[in-house]
Amino acid sequence: MRVYEEKRSLLVRIEGLPIIGVYCLLILVFIFTSPRVFTGYRIYMSFLQTVPPQLVIALGLTLVITAGEIDLSFPAVVAFSGFLFSYVYRTFGTPWFALAAALAGGALIGYANGILIARLGVPSIMATLAAQFFWNGLTTLLSQGLSWNIVTIRGQLIHSLFVGRIGGVVPAQAVWTLGIAVLVWFILNRHQFGESIMFIGDNVQVAQVVGINVVKTKISLFTFHGVLSALGGVLLTLEMANFWSTQGSGFLLPVMAAVFIGGTSIAGGYGTIVGTFFGMYIIGSLEAGVVASGIGGYWVRLVSGLVMAFSIILNISFKNKSIGEKWNKMLRSQAEKKRNKA
Amino acid sequence: MGESNTVREKYVYSVRMVNVDKYFGNVQALSKVNFEVRNNEIVGLIGDNGAGKSTLIKTITGVFPPTSGELYIRDEQITLSHYSVKQAHNWKIETVYQDKSLADKQDLWRNFFVGRQITGPLGFIKVKEEKRIANDVLLNMIGFRGAGISVDSKVAVLSGGERQGVCIGRAMHFDADLIILDEPTVALSLKEVRKVLNFVHKIKDSGRSCIYISHNMADVHEIADRFVVLDRGTIVGNIKKDDISLKDLSTFLLDYAHGLKETKNS
Ligand SMILES: Nc1ncnc2c1ncn2[C@@H]1O[C@H](COP(=O)(O)OP(=O)(O)OP(=O)(O)O)[C@@H](O)[C@H]1O
Ligand SMILES: [Mg+2]
Repeated sequence: MRVYEEKRSLLVRIEGLPIIGVYCLLILVFIFTSPRVFTGYRIYMSFLQTVPPQLVIALGLTLVITAGEIDLSFPAVVAFSGFLFSYVYRTFGTPWFALAAALAGGALIGYANGILIARLGVPSIMATLAAQFFWNGLTTLLSQGLSWNIVTIRGQLIHSLFVGRIGGVVPAQAVWTLGIAVLVWFILNRHQFGESIMFIGDNVQVAQVVGINVVKTKISLFTFHGVLSALGGVLLTLEMANFWSTQGSGFLLPVMAAVFIGGTSIAGGYGTIVGTFFGMYIIGSLEAGVVASGIGGYWVRLVSGLVMAFSIILNISFKNKSIGEKWNKMLRSQAEKKRNKA
Repeated sequence: MGESNTVREKYVYSVRMVNVDKYFGNVQALSKVNFEVRNNEIVGLIGDNGAGKSTLIKTITGVFPPTSGELYIRDEQITLSHYSVKQAHNWKIETVYQDKSLADKQDLWRNFFVGRQITGPLGFIKVKEEKRIANDVLLNMIGFRGAGISVDSKVAVLSGGERQGVCIGRAMHFDADLIILDEPTVALSLKEVRKVLNFVHKIKDSGRSCIYISHNMADVHEIADRFVVLDRGTIVGNIKKDDISLKDLSTFLLDYAHGLKETKNS
C-alpha cells in the first residue's frame, strides 16, 4: 500500500504538472486546427522570440506574489530601463555601460518600492501603482514621448549575445531566460532567501518569530524584481532595436495572468516557477495560435479567458485535498483488486 | 542527547529583566517588570489571560524590543536596539510559542530549520541533510510513529499535539541553555503532557534553565522551582516552590483572577 501512496505523491509532487498538461493540450489543439503552421518550427521560434521579455518579469513576479505582495510597476520599469539603455547607448556608444545603467535603474525603482512597502508600511498594491505612474511619467518626460531608433546596436556583440539566433535559428533570449528560470527556481526552492519569501507569504508573524528579517527580505525582493523587469526591458529594446516611451505597457495583464494560471497562490506562501514558465508560454502562444487556426482575431480574448479559467480550475482541483484522497482511494482499490487476483 | 555531559558556562542569571516596560500603542502590556531566571532554574510564569506572559517572553526572545528597561543575558547587558531573534538563538535561547510558530503551507522540515538553515556556499540549503536530521529528531526524540506524517508533510495536516511535538523537538535539537515553553501542553493528551513534563525535568537535570508558562497549576507546581505571577502587566507574586503548596498557589491566583476562569485543575 505504501508503494501506491508514494506513486500518488510523486505524481502530485511534479511541480506544475497540470499547467504542463494544459500547454501540451493547447499545442495539440493548434496542431489539429492549423497543422500547416504548427507542424513547422517557425511558429515556435517566434514564441521563443516574443515571450522571453515577459517571462523574465513573470519569474520575478512569482517571488513577489509568493511573499504575499504584488508589483504593478514593472511596465514602467520596462519603459524606464529601455529609456536608460538607449539613452546611454546613443550618448556614449557603450552598450555594456548602457546595460548596467538599465539594470541599475530597475534596481532603483524596486528598491524605492521596497522602502515604501517594507519600511513605511504602504500596501504594495498602492505603492507600486503610484510607482507605475511616477516612473512612466518620468520616462515620458525625459524622452519627450518619442521613440528612438537604435539600429546600430544590431552590429554589437551585446545584440548577438542576448538576442541573436543560435545556429541561425534559436533566439538566444529563450536560452537566457531558461537559464534565469532555473536560477530563480533554485533561489525560491533551495535558498535561504526563497525560504524567507515563502514564510513571509505564509505567515508574517511566524516569519518574525523564527528570526527572518522581514523588512530586509522584502526590500531585497522588490529590488530583485526591479532588476529582472529591467532585464526584460533591455531584451525587448534589443530585439526591437528601438525604444518607445510606452513600451511594456501591454505587459501588465499577460504577466500577471501567467503567474496565476501557473498555480502560484495569490494568498502567498506558495509559488511555482515551473508553472509560471509554462503559464507564460501558454499566454504567449494563445494569440498566434488562435489567429492561425483561422477562427479569427476577435476570438483571441475569449479563448484566452477560457484557457485561463480552465488552468486555474485544474490547478485548484489538483491541490485540493479531497480530490487527492479520491485519487488515493482509487489506487488503493486497484491495488486490492490486484492482490485479490493473486 | 548526551546533554548531561556538556560543560555549562558559569553565570548567575540566565536572563534578567530590569524595570521593563512594554507598550503596544497606548496599551501597556508590561509595567516595571523585574524578572530573572537563575542558572539551572525552572521558573513557572503564571497569570490570567492577557496578563502579559507571552509579551514578557517575547522581549527575551528578541521578537520585539521592550519600550524601556534593561535586559541581561548570562549577566551581560544586551544592547536592545541590536537585539533580535537571531541573537537570541546565538545566546542559546529556544522557544516553543503558544501559537504562530509554524507556517502552515510549508513542509515540516523547512519549519524545523527555518531561521538557521544548514547551508552550503552562497546560502543554498542542504535539503537532504536538513530532512535527515529533522526525520531523526521526529522519530527518536519525540517519537512520531508514522501515521502518514513525514518530514515532507505540510504543517497544515498536523494535529495540534503533533505541531507542539515539532516545536519541542526543534527546541531539543538546537540544544539550548534557556528553553522557554509558552503553554506547550494546551493541545495535548495526558500521555503527551507527561512527555513534556518529563522533558522539563530533563532540562533541570542537564543543568539548563527554563521558563514554563501554563494555566495548569498542577503541572507548574510539579516542575517549577519558583513561581512568578503576572497580573495586568505587573509582577504581583514571586514565590519559591518550597514556600507554597499547590492549593495555596491556586488560591493566591484566584485572588488575582477577578472572578475569571482558568484555575480548572486545582
Ligand atoms: N502585538 C500586539 N499588539 C497589540 N497588543 C498586544 C500585542 N501582543 C499582545 N498585546 C496585548 O498585550 C496584553 C498582554 O498579552 P499577552 O499575549 O502577553 O498575554 P498572555 O499573558 O500571554 O495571555 P494568554 O494567557 O491568553 O496567552 C494583552 O492585552 C494583549 O491584547
Ligand atoms: Mg500568551
